[in-house]
Amino acid sequence: MQVQKTKHIEALTTNYAVAYAVKAADVDVIAVYPITPQTTIVEKISEFVANGELNAELIHVESEHSALSAVVGAAATGARVFTATSSQGLELMHEVLHIAAGMRLPIVMAVPSRTLSAPISIHGDYSDLMNARDTGWVIYIAASAQEAYDTVIQAFRLAESVSLPVMVSYDGFLMSHTVEPVELNDEEEVRKFLPRAVRPYTLNPKRPVTMGPLASPDWYYEFKYQQVLALKEAYKVAKEVDSEYGRRFGRSYGVVETYRMEDADYAIVAYGGASYGNARAAADLARKRGIAAGVVRVRLYRPFPTADVLKALDGVKAFAVVDRAIMFGSPAEGPLYKDIATAMYMHGIDKPALGVIHGIGQRTMYVEDMYKIYTMLRENPRKEVVFLGVRV
Amino acid sequence: MTLSKATELPIGAVVTEPGSTRRNITAGWRALRPVIHDDRCVRCQLCWLYCPEGTIVELKGIFKVGNRTYDTKYEINYDYCKGCGICANECPTKAIEMVPET
Repeated sequence: MQVQKTKHIEALTTNYAVAYAVKAADVDVIAVYPITPQTTIVEKISEFVANGELNAELIHVESEHSALSAVVGAAATGARVFTATSSQGLELMHEVLHIAAGMRLPIVMAVPSRTLSAPISIHGDYSDLMNARDTGWVIYIAASAQEAYDTVIQAFRLAESVSLPVMVSYDGFLMSHTVEPVELNDEEEVRKFLPRAVRPYTLNPKRPVTMGPLASPDWYYEFKYQQVLALKEAYKVAKEVDSEYGRRFGRSYGVVETYRMEDADYAIVAYGGASYGNARAAADLARKRGIAAGVVRVRLYRPFPTADVLKALDGVKAFAVVDRAIMFGSPAEGPLYKDIATAMYMHGIDKPALGVIHGIGQRTMYVEDMYKIYTMLRENPRKEVVFLGVRV
Repeated sequence: MTLSKATELPIGAVVTEPGSTRRNITAGWRALRPVIHDDRCVRCQLCWLYCPEGTIVELKGIFKVGNRTYDTKYEINYDYCKGCGICANECPTKAIEMVPET
């Protein structure tokens, strides 16, 4: 007879759930710098360290640029590291994002996404994350506190397997500061899932190496191509890590999550908690009103899960992509829309696809808005970008 | 010479052994080379002191120059000398001449 273990469930904000995941992962070095809406992650971690619940070196830094630099240095010694940021902080880290990826350091960073200045807004959308999209980091976008907890643990495993830094993002405020029940894993089990990998090269006075050297034109391109290969590899490894996590802890998400897609004619593709939740409620509503509606959520954003997204959208007549970020001046202003359009074009698929920009600066997204997208898809399937919820 | 492929290089551009820069000869861009005329050298050590790259080599021994005998002699390490000419500029007896590279 299998022994049923008692589930350990806590009421946590997504930020706190991330802090618990960091504790479970037995992280060695954490750089802390506050920025809204990330602050409560590092506050909670500071509490864990102060109470002796987590044996880690906590570095108080003077900016986000220093925060990422500090964990770059710590990761170079072979330590397991973590930091977190949002919005302007992620922008301030930008040059170090490239360095972390180029040095192939397994850093894990949480990014509760927030909009960018100007005008100043502390509210949520994915403007910050989308600016960090092309830096060579693996990027996850979680849709629940539970998923954020699970994804941070998976992220350490993935980062250390493929030697790439990983961001775990989710909705600023709408998730970062709202409470959900979160099932916490047994910490011993998490540590078994995350064995300390021996890295081939670390900063060690007994075996000196040089990291981050200069590369002339006859070398640089090769190292960048290594990163291309590593991200291709990460697509495969992310799936393996997710299914192994599912076997051990009973929860897995895949790289793309679908809702009522089996027989859907019309689909909304989205990322993040609010977009996905509203789209699911709208799909239920649409089904009641006679539209075969479904939802596809992109969980792994970089490397882009092209094959899985195309498979999920295989049977639909038309679909819409809801983006919570704007690519100014782009042929299509939605970043995820652009990715999917590129994937479709490269695979010779031609289908009506509506780009939808919504939830900018945490503009409220209503279920009715999402329902309206389904009616637009049915009544007038077209290739166009619409700005929903803006006063024009 | 064939350079390594992307898949053959250490991950993350790590230089895996110490002292590898010793193999890098850094004098490739020198246009003028300093030549020491030993008969004019008074062993003041100023060139050795001023060289920003440490390429002036001080040799110990017994060196007879004309009717004088010195216990040191200065030579230039042309593997690393970039030809900046500071040594020639500083030399009080104009014993160092900058000669075009051929």
